[in-house]
Amino acid sequence: MAIRVITEKCVGCKLCIPTCAQGAISFVDKKAVIDVIKCNYCGACIDACKKFKAILIEIDRKVSDQDLSLYKGIWVYAEQRNGEMASVVYELLGEGRKLAEQLGEELSAVLLGDGVTCQAEDLIQHGADNVYVVDNPKLKDFQDDTYAMAMAELCEEYKPNIVLTGATAIGRSFIPKVAVILETGLTADCTQLGIDDYTKLLLQTRPAFGGNLMATITCTNFRPQMSTVRHKVFKKASKDVSRKGKIFTKVLADDLLKSRTKLIEFVKEMESTVNLSEADIIVSGGRGLGEAKNFALVRELAELINGAVGASRAAVDAGWIPYSHQVGQTGKTVCPKLYIACGISGSIQHMAGMQSSETIIAINKDPNAPIFEIATYGIVGDLFEVIPAMISAIKNR
Amino acid sequence: MNIVVSIKQVPGTTKVAINPATNTLIRAGVEAIINPFDMYAIEEAIRLREKFGGKVTCITMGPPQAEEALKSAIAMGADEGILVSDRAFAGSDTLATSYTLAMGIKKLGQFDIILTGKQAMDGDTAQVGPGIAQWLDIPFIAWVKKIEDVKKDAKTIRVERMMDDGYEVLEGPLPILLSVVKEINEPRTESLRGKMKAKSFKATVYSAKDIEADPDFIGLRGSPTIVNRVFVPVRSGKKELVEGATVEEKVSKVVASLRESKLVN
Repeated sequence: MAIRVITEKCVGCKLCIPTCAQGAISFVDKKAVIDVIKCNYCGACIDACKKFKAILIEIDRKVSDQDLSLYKGIWVYAEQRNGEMASVVYELLGEGRKLAEQLGEELSAVLLGDGVTCQAEDLIQHGADNVYVVDNPKLKDFQDDTYAMAMAELCEEYKPNIVLTGATAIGRSFIPKVAVILETGLTADCTQLGIDDYTKLLLQTRPAFGGNLMATITCTNFRPQMSTVRHKVFKKASKDVSRKGKIFTKVLADDLLKSRTKLIEFVKEMESTVNLSEADIIVSGGRGLGEAKNFALVRELAELINGAVGASRAAVDAGWIPYSHQVGQTGKTVCPKLYIACGISGSIQHMAGMQSSETIIAINKDPNAPIFEIATYGIVGDLFEVIPAMISAIKNR
Repeated sequence: MNIVVSIKQVPGTTKVAINPATNTLIRAGVEAIINPFDMYAIEEAIRLREKFGGKVTCITMGPPQAEEALKSAIAMGADEGILVSDRAFAGSDTLATSYTLAMGIKKLGQFDIILTGKQAMDGDTAQVGPGIAQWLDIPFIAWVKKIEDVKKDAKTIRVERMMDDGYEVLEGPLPILLSVVKEINEPRTESLRGKMKAKSFKATVYSAKDIEADPDFIGLRGSPTIVNRVFVPVRSGKKELVEGATVEEKVSKVVASLRESKLVN
C-alpha cells in the first residue's frame, strides 16, 4: 500500500491540506507532499483533489479465503438483561428490515440468555424472519467470555452477511471480541446505515473526532460485516402479532460456555427511574446552575415532563451530581427526542454526546454560547427565570 | 505486580474547529496529547504499583512522534515506555491495531493487569481494548469505575463495571484487561522528579519484525474495514434564537411548539 502525489498533476491549490485530519500534507516547491508516517490513508485528500486527480492510493489488501457468496442475511443481536429487551433491539429490527429488503435477504435475531426462548415470538412480531436462540443457564448473566463465544459460534455456523448490535455498554464490550474471533471488520457506534447500489456492501457511517467528522466505512473483503449502532437513531419496528417466523434453538457444548469472570452483584444506581441512554426526554444542567442545590430546578422540570436528568462535565466535576448522569464524550452519548440544556455553554465534548437529539432547547445567559449553534430553540436568558417560567407554562395548559 | 497500560496519542481535539467557509477541519496549532481517557488508566496503574509494588509499563502504537506521549506517561510516574512503530502499521483499523498491540505486549513478557482508557478521543471506537484481550486470550472487563480489591497471591481481582442503569461487581482471575472510565480516579499531574526522568527517557521501539507480526494482520493490509469517505456533518449553522420581549413570551412560544410536536402534554 502506498499513497503518492503525482507532481505533474498537482497545481498547488492547497485544497487538500485542510481536509487532512492527520495534518500529514505539507507544501514543498508549490507541490503537495504527504508524510506517509502520519497518513492514515483515509482518502479525504483524494476527495478534495477530485478535479486534478493528483493524489493516488495504491492498496495492497489481504484477500479473504472466505467464499463471500455463502454469507447471507441480516442479523440483529437481541440484547436482553434479566429478561428485559433493550429498546435499541427494536430499532435495529426496524432498520434491519429495510436493509434486508434492499438486499433481498432474511432478517434474523440472535437471542442469548437463560430462559429467554419465550422472547423469540416478540422478535418475530417485530420483523425477524428467524430467531437463533441459545438458552442456557450459563448465559444467565452477561459475561464477555460466554456471550462472545456463543455469538461467534452462531456466526461461524450460519454465516450471516451483516451483524448489527446496539452500541450499549454490553454491545460495545463483547462484540469487538466476536470480530477478533471471526477476524472480520467492526465499525463502532454507527448513526447511519445503507446499502451501496452497485457493490451491495453495507455503508456504515459514524461520527469521529467528537462528531466533527463523519466517516463512511465498508467491510469489503470479509464477512460478516459488523456494526454497533447508536440507540435512538432509527425508528422502532412496529409490532404485528400475526407475523410468523422460524425459531432455531442451538445447543452449545458446555466447554464453549466457560466464563473466567463472574458476577457478584448488580447495584442499581439511577437517581431517577429513567435510564439516561434510553430516555425520550432529558433535562441537563451545567455550570450555569451555580451550585448543587440548584439541580432541584432541573429535576423538577425533568419530573414534570417525564424526563431523565443529565449533566455537563462541569457540573459533575464540581460534585453537584454523580458521573452516571454525565452527557458527552466522557460520559454517555444520548439521542433523545427532546434535550433541554440548562446553563450549559456547549463544549465540543458535550455536544458530541447529544447533538443528534431530535429537538434541542438551549437555555443560556450568553447569546454567544456554542450550544445555540445546534439548538432547535435557543432561549437567551437567566435559567432561574426561564426554567420556572417553563414549568408554569407546562403546568397551566 | 506487572501492569501494562496501553495508551494512544491523539490530537488535543478541544482545539479542533470547523472552518465555516470551507467546511473543513482547522488543524493549525493542534498539539498532540495522551488520549484523556488513558490518563485514568495510567493513574490507576501507578496507584496499583504504589499499593502492591512492581512496574508500570506504557505501550503505544504510532508514528515516531508518539514517543512524546510515553514521555508524558513517564513524567506522571510510569516506569517504562514501549513504542510499537513501523511504517508497516500505517492505516491500521481496530482489528489490526489490537493485534499489533497484543503482539507488542506478548513480547514484553509477563504481566498481571493491562489497563486502557474506555476509548480514544479521536476515533471513539472502544474496540481496541477488548480486541487486545481476545488476541491474548485473557479475560476482559469494560467500563471499570473502581478496582475494589486485588488478591495478589490468589491472583484474582474484584472490580465495579459501569452499566447503563447502575454497576456490576465482578470477579476475575489475573492476568486480565480492564478498560476504565473517568470515575475511577483523579489523574495526578507530572511531578518534578518525573519530568527530570522524562527528559532523558528514550522509548524502546518495537518494529513489526521485533514483535513477529504476521504481515497479513497489520497495517492497511490487515484491516478489514475501509474508510470510503470522510466528510464534515452538515449543521444548520443558523442560530435559531427565540424572539420575545419577556422570558414568559419566549417560553410560551417554545412550549407551544413542544405541545404541537407532542413532546409535552
